[in-house]
Amino acid sequence: MSMPMPKANNGSAGPGRSSASAAPVLRVRDLSVTFRTEDGRISAVDNVDFEVADGEVLAVVGESGCGKSVTAMSLAGLLPRTATVEGSVQLDGVELIGAGKRTLRSIRGREIAYIFQEPMTSLNPVFTVGRQIGEVLGVHNGLSRAAARRRAVELLKLVGIPSAERRVDDYPHQLSGGMRQRVMIAMAVACDPKVLIADEPTTALDVTIQAGILDVLRELRERLGTSIVLITHDLGVVADLADRVAVMYAGRVVETAEVHDLFARPTHPYTAGLLGASPSAGRHAGTDRLNEIPGLVPVLAEQPDACTFADRCPRALDTCTTKQPLLTGDAHQVACWNPVREPVEAR
Amino acid sequence: MNALELTDLVMHFGPVRAVDGVSLRIRKGTVVALVGESGSGKSTVGRCVVRLLEPTGGTVRLADADITHLNRRQLRKHRRNVSIVFQDPAGSLDPRLSVGDIVSEPLRLMRQRDTAGPVADSLRRVGLRPEVAQRSPHELSGGQRQRVSIARALISKPSLLVADEPTSALDVSVQASVLNLLADLQRDLGFACLFITHDLSAVEYLADEVAVMYLGQLVEQGPRERIFGVPAHPYTQALLSAAPVPDPTTQRARRPVLLGDDLPSPIDPPSGCRFHTRCPVAVDRCRTVVPESRVIGEGGHRVACHLVNDDGTGPDVRRTQDTTTDTGAAR
Ligand SMILES: Nc1ncnc2c1ncn2[C@@H]1O[C@H](COP(=O)(O)OP(=O)(O)OP(=O)(O)O)[C@@H](O)[C@H]1O
Ligand SMILES: Nc1ncnc2c1ncn2[C@@H]1O[C@H](COP(=O)(O)OP(=O)(O)O)[C@@H](O)[C@H]1O
Ligand code: SF4
Ligand code: SF4
Ligand SMILES: [Mg+2]
Ligand SMILES: [Mg+2]
Repeated sequence: MSMPMPKANNGSAGPGRSSASAAPVLRVRDLSVTFRTEDGRISAVDNVDFEVADGEVLAVVGESGCGKSVTAMSLAGLLPRTATVEGSVQLDGVELIGAGKRTLRSIRGREIAYIFQEPMTSLNPVFTVGRQIGEVLGVHNGLSRAAARRRAVELLKLVGIPSAERRVDDYPHQLSGGMRQRVMIAMAVACDPKVLIADEPTTALDVTIQAGILDVLRELRERLGTSIVLITHDLGVVADLADRVAVMYAGRVVETAEVHDLFARPTHPYTAGLLGASPSAGRHAGTDRLNEIPGLVPVLAEQPDACTFADRCPRALDTCTTKQPLLTGDAHQVACWNPVREPVEAR
Repeated sequence: MNALELTDLVMHFGPVRAVDGVSLRIRKGTVVALVGESGSGKSTVGRCVVRLLEPTGGTVRLADADITHLNRRQLRKHRRNVSIVFQDPAGSLDPRLSVGDIVSEPLRLMRQRDTAGPVADSLRRVGLRPEVAQRSPHELSGGQRQRVSIARALISKPSLLVADEPTSALDVSVQASVLNLLADLQRDLGFACLFITHDLSAVEYLADEVAVMYLGQLVEQGPRERIFGVPAHPYTQALLSAAPVPDPTTQRARRPVLLGDDLPSPIDPPSGCRFHTRCPVAVDRCRTVVPESRVIGEGGHRVACHLVNDDGTGPDVRRTQDTTTDTGAAR
C-alpha cells in the first residue's frame, strides 16, 4: 500500500522514482514483543502490522510507554536478550526475525540504520567524527583510509555541516547538539540504507536546530529515496515530514492513515484526544480549554481481549471491555468499536 | 503595580556571562513567558528572581521590596511572596519525604506549625486527593509529581510564581492537564507568573506577554498578540517560523528560517548585536554597534535591532528567505 506523495516543503515533488506499484521495502506482520523482568512479564508490543513503501516517511506516534521505541528497536534487531520477539519483519522480502547472525550483521547498518534521540551517548568521545564515519564505511564497504575520509567529508556535506573538510577532524565534544545529530545521521546513511529508523531524532534539540534536522531527513528521502520510520511524540514534526502515520497505544497500532487524512479526520478517540491536547497556534487559555486525557498508559503483563484505552476513553461502550477491536479499513484503518466518525476512504 | 521588576540584571559565573543586562517587569496577576534557545540564560534569570542565586549586578524587586542582595535570614520574610516550579518533577522532589512533607515545607520554613489543613487544600486545588499526602513522590506519575510541585509552590499563596519548563518533560496529554491547571489557578488565585519555556505553542496558550532571550539578553518583548502577530526582531521571527504546527497543510506551506546550529558561547559573545553571526539580514553596523532596546508599539512592545524602524516596520526574515529559496541560496 502506498500513498500519493504530499508536496514537500520546498515545493519539489518527492522522490523521482515511482513507488505506486512497488512492493513495500519494509513489511511488519503480527509483531509482538514481551520482556522478562523482575516483576514478571511485560507485553510491550502486540500484533503490530505496518508497511513502509520505497521513499516513504512513516511516522509512529503515541505517548511515552506506548511501545514506539521497542517497535523501532525490534526492526533493527537492537532489543536486549530479555526480550522475546514474535511475528515477521521483512526487509525487501528477507525475513529478519529469527535470522542468523551473519544475515543480521550484513543488514544492520547497511540496509537498515538507526538514529537515537541523544546523539552524545551514541558517539565515541575519543575518536574524531571522520574516524567514526570511516569505521562504519570500512566495516561495510572495505574502503581505503583516504577514500573513507573523502567519503566522510561528502557525507558531512550531505547532512549540511559547514566547512566539512575541517569539521571531519573534530571530536564530538567540539560540536553543538544539532551538529552531533547531523553526524549521527551521516553515520546512519553512510552505507545508503534502504530504511532509516529515527527514534525521536529532534526531541532533545531547540526548534531552530530541529528545523534544520528535519530538512536533512527530507533531503535524504528526496535525493537518496531512503524510506524513513520516524518515531516521535511531536505532532508538529509529524505534520512537517510524514507521508503516513501509525498511532500506537499500549503496544497496539490503533489508527493508521495518510497524514493529511489523519489530521483532518482523526477517527480513533485516542488520536482525536492527542490532537485536542496540543496547544496549537492561535489557542489561548482565556477562550479555549485544552483537551485532557485522564489516566495513564498502562503497563500490561498480558494483552487483554478488550480495548486497552477503555478506562480513559470518553466514548467507551460495554463491548469495549469484553472484545478487542481490530484494525479495519483500507487506506485509513482504525481499531475501535465506537469511532469518532466513520472512517472515510481517502480519494 | 508590578509583581516583579528586573533592572539591568546581570549574572556571571566566572567568565560565563549567562545573563547580561535584562530589564523586565511583570504586572500583578499577569503571565510573562520567557523564551529562547537552550543556554540563553532563561533558568538563570528564574533562579535570580527566587534568589537561589545572588545576582552579579542590577536589581530584583518584588512588589514592595528590593531583594537583590538580601541574606538568607532577611529573605525569609519574602519567601511567602515568590515560589518556583522546576522542569523535572522527579529530580526536584526529595524521594525520602512524603508528599505532605514536601508540600508543607514552605510553611514550615516560615515557622508555621499547623500545616495539615493548608496541605489538604493545596493538594485539592491542584486536583489531587488529600490522601496523596501520605504517599512518596516516586509512587506518583510525572504529571502527578508536577501537580505536587505546583501545590508546594502555591501553598504560601505567593504573588509571583516562577515556572521553569513545568511541562517540558511531560507527554502532550499530561502537558494539557498541567497547562489547564496553571491557567485555572492563575485566574482563580491571581498570582503573577514568569513562565520559562522553549515551547512556543504553550507560550501562546498561557502568556499575556512574551520576552525573547538571546545569549543573556532580551532582544524583544511585548504583548502576546504582537509578538506572535507582528514579531519585529529577526531572531523572534526565526524562532516562530521554526516551531512546527500540528497541521500538515499549514505546516508544509511554511518555510522555517534556518539559523545554523552554532549558538555562540556566552563566554565570548559576539560584538555589536549578539545575533549578528546568525542573522540573515545583518549589515556592517551590526558587527560593531550594540543595538539599543526601543519601544516600537503599544503595550510596551520593545525591540533591540538596528533595522527595525520606530513604528515597528522593518525586515521580515521569513519573507527575505522566501525570495532567496528559489535559487537554493538559503537552504
Ligand atoms: N552554575 C553555573 N556555573 C557556570 N555556568 C552556568 C551555571 N549555570 C548556568 N550556566 C551557564 O549559563 C548559561 C545559561 O544557562 P541557563 O541554564 O540559564 O540556560 P537556559 O536558557 O535555562 O537553557 P535551557 O533551555 O537549556 O534550560 C549557559 O551557558 C550555562 O552553561
Ligand atoms: N528493556 C526493557 N525491559 C522491560 N520493559 C521494557 C524494556 N524496554 C521497554 N520496556 C517497556 O515497554 C513498554 C514500551 O516502551 P517504549 O517502546 O520504550 O515506549 P515509547 O518509545 O513509546 O515511549 C513500556 O512499558 C516500557 O517500560
Ligand atoms: S474501542 Fe471503545 S474504549 Fe476503545 S477507543 Fe473505541 S470507543 Fe473507546
Ligand atoms: S541588529 Fe543587525 S544583526 Fe542584530 S538582529 Fe538586527 S539586523 Fe540582525
Ligand atoms: Mg521512546
Ligand atoms: Mg533552563
